[in-house]
Amino acid sequence: MKYVEEYRDAAAAKQYVAAIARIVTRPWTIMEICGGQTHAIVKYGIDELLPRQITLAHGPGCPVCVTSVELIDKALRIAAQQNVIFCSFGDMLRVPGSTIPTSPNAGPGGTGDLFSVKAAGGDVRIVYSPMDAVQIAKQNPDKQVVFFAVGFETTAPANAMSVYHAKQSGLTNYSVLVSHVLVPPAMEAILSSPTNCVQGFLAAGHVCTVMGYTEYYPIAAKYRVPIVVTGFEPLDLLQGIYMCVLQLEQGRCEVENQYGRAVRREGNVPAQDLVAKVFRVVDRKWRGIGGIPRSGLGLADDYAQFDAETRFGVSQYTAQEDPECISGLIMQGARRPEQCSAYGSRCTSDHPLGAPMVSSEGACAAYYRYRRLRTEAGAPVEGGNRG
Amino acid sequence: MAEIKEFRLQCPTPLNDGDYVQLAHGGGGRRMHELLEGLLLPSFSNDILLQRHDGATFSIGGTRLAFTTDSYVVRPLFFPGGDIGTLAINGTVNDLAMCGARPLYLSSALILEEGLPMETLRRIVESMRSSAELAEVQLVTGDTKVVDKGKGDGIFINTAGIGVVEGDVSISPKNVRPGDAILLSGDIGRHGIAIMATREGLSFESAIESDCAPLWEPVKALLGAGVKIHCLRDLTRGGLSSGLIEIAEASGTRNAIQEVFIPVREEVVGACEILGLDPLYLANEGRFIAFVPQPEAERAIEILRKFSVSSEAVCIGRVLDGPAGLVTMKTQLGTERLVDMLSGEQLPRIC
Repeated sequence: MKYVEEYRDAAAAKQYVAAIARIVTRPWTIMEICGGQTHAIVKYGIDELLPRQITLAHGPGCPVCVTSVELIDKALRIAAQQNVIFCSFGDMLRVPGSTIPTSPNAGPGGTGDLFSVKAAGGDVRIVYSPMDAVQIAKQNPDKQVVFFAVGFETTAPANAMSVYHAKQSGLTNYSVLVSHVLVPPAMEAILSSPTNCVQGFLAAGHVCTVMGYTEYYPIAAKYRVPIVVTGFEPLDLLQGIYMCVLQLEQGRCEVENQYGRAVRREGNVPAQDLVAKVFRVVDRKWRGIGGIPRSGLGLADDYAQFDAETRFGVSQYTAQEDPECISGLIMQGARRPEQCSAYGSRCTSDHPLGAPMVSSEGACAAYYRYRRLRTEAGAPVEGGNRG
Repeated sequence: MAEIKEFRLQCPTPLNDGDYVQLAHGGGGRRMHELLEGLLLPSFSNDILLQRHDGATFSIGGTRLAFTTDSYVVRPLFFPGGDIGTLAINGTVNDLAMCGARPLYLSSALILEEGLPMETLRRIVESMRSSAELAEVQLVTGDTKVVDKGKGDGIFINTAGIGVVEGDVSISPKNVRPGDAILLSGDIGRHGIAIMATREGLSFESAIESDCAPLWEPVKALLGAGVKIHCLRDLTRGGLSSGLIEIAEASGTRNAIQEVFIPVREEVVGACEILGLDPLYLANEGRFIAFVPQPEAERAIEILRKFSVSSEAVCIGRVLDGPAGLVTMKTQLGTERLVDMLSGEQLPRIC
């Protein structure tokens, strides 16, 4: 297939692996930011092809994983209400809420996931675009339609467009539960941690499609790390790693763009303008990591009437992360999934205890899905006979 | 890693599964298997049920019969390449074929929702008639119920089927042996994408048609040529991955496949890329896997390729000793990974 199969070519991949092996002289730790990249790395076994000296740390770029448990609880409470149609991207429906709500008004809907709310009678719908939710609102004027606006900078423009459109059309029954997060503040939080081990980054290609990459220049300069904007296919990732290792070996710390077929330096300016109009930068709590200043988006004052938290009176609700979960360490790259004692036993994709096990992009889910029983499955695969 | 010390490496108590049936319980993945293992199989436990095959086989008066049933609740009712009527016939015919049985007689129970346009019903019944004719089965008994408007989804269909197993055919997961070749009858994923595209109003440059088709003819040809088929499985809900895992678990072997040999149409690959889906998990309605002794693989493929429904048949891998219940796949890049069973249906990702 055009623009897909070409980037999965085994011979070209081998050449890149050999090229990386030729230039590497010492151990390096590189973090891929995006959960989509993590998933591709584990699915194709890219980390296993690399020279031993290179360690890939899996970053916090899975929007499902970093959405705070508090917001999941709020979603569950809103979705359980009569007269509400709750719309979400599919991934979010299986994320478990908190098991220990701490606010005094905690009531039903604080546990389980959106699928449970649906099974218990809630009107929860999977949509492919927030504009679908706006359409549902137009078709159901007697219902309150809420869209769960999660994601990084990638999904922000479409979510902003839905709110902008709702305002233009005078819709009063549409609102958004916003949990947008931003990549650069998370990178800074990781880099300024005293335990940081990350020496170079593969920046998330799709985020940069929207935002461009000029915002990474100050980070590369301040923390002296190479940052390579990287795509999601095996050859993208290998090329991104090659570029990053080359910089590290040469002592450079520049921002480079591997994903030139999708990313321009300035990004998608009209999309950025729309995001700036509808949203404003706010402090945001990241699941498993904690609060990071100015690391999220909330609705701008002009669009505040579309805030589902206010509309449904849940803005004061708080819930506590379970202190025993190590998802924070996993999302900072300090721990690998199999280093969690619950991984694969009490925590599985059928019974996830934490968000990284739920999402298709979560690091724990990727390891569980592709690497479980790795040590038992070492024998070579035979087959073929395609004629 | 001194910073770890302050964290207790222990996770909270697992969530309660809840008091309600969820869609995942019917999705063909782990949740459905939990329901089978936890409630249904123990409740009705008997030797025939515990064969764990697509249908039950048993002898009556010296004749070996195969018996199966399936319900069809697909939405939308009509989709490119078929409709609920073609599915209701072919699905049950195929379950019989997977037992190595010649499909003979079907029953049909229609549950109609008040207000269903009569013209819709006529079209579906006509599809059932023509599909039955094509598959050479007779619909010999049936039932019709109508439920209040809002209590059904237009139409639900249940069909059951009886077939006869001729000769000394023995097709069952327990016959699968290390060294067996794993054959796949054609490209995967088209039914799942056709349904999803119609249901969600997604349009692609070229319409992706369901692969819905009866599978008895190629199976009959294999049996007629004396190919020693160890096991067959049609790939419906849960897709190729669930079929391979179920057989690996039931036979106590490991199924090792190679990604490069699995045929997937370019447009299905494209749709999967857009939606974040994996073709291994997409539903099919006219595809099956066959486990045959390696020396017979080439001949079996030649036979299968004579039929349009299995003209792209290919060997995708081998059965290995173990570990039991595992499916592994050599990726395009030459690395190896596990193929896992999903919890329920695949969920389109965020971005």
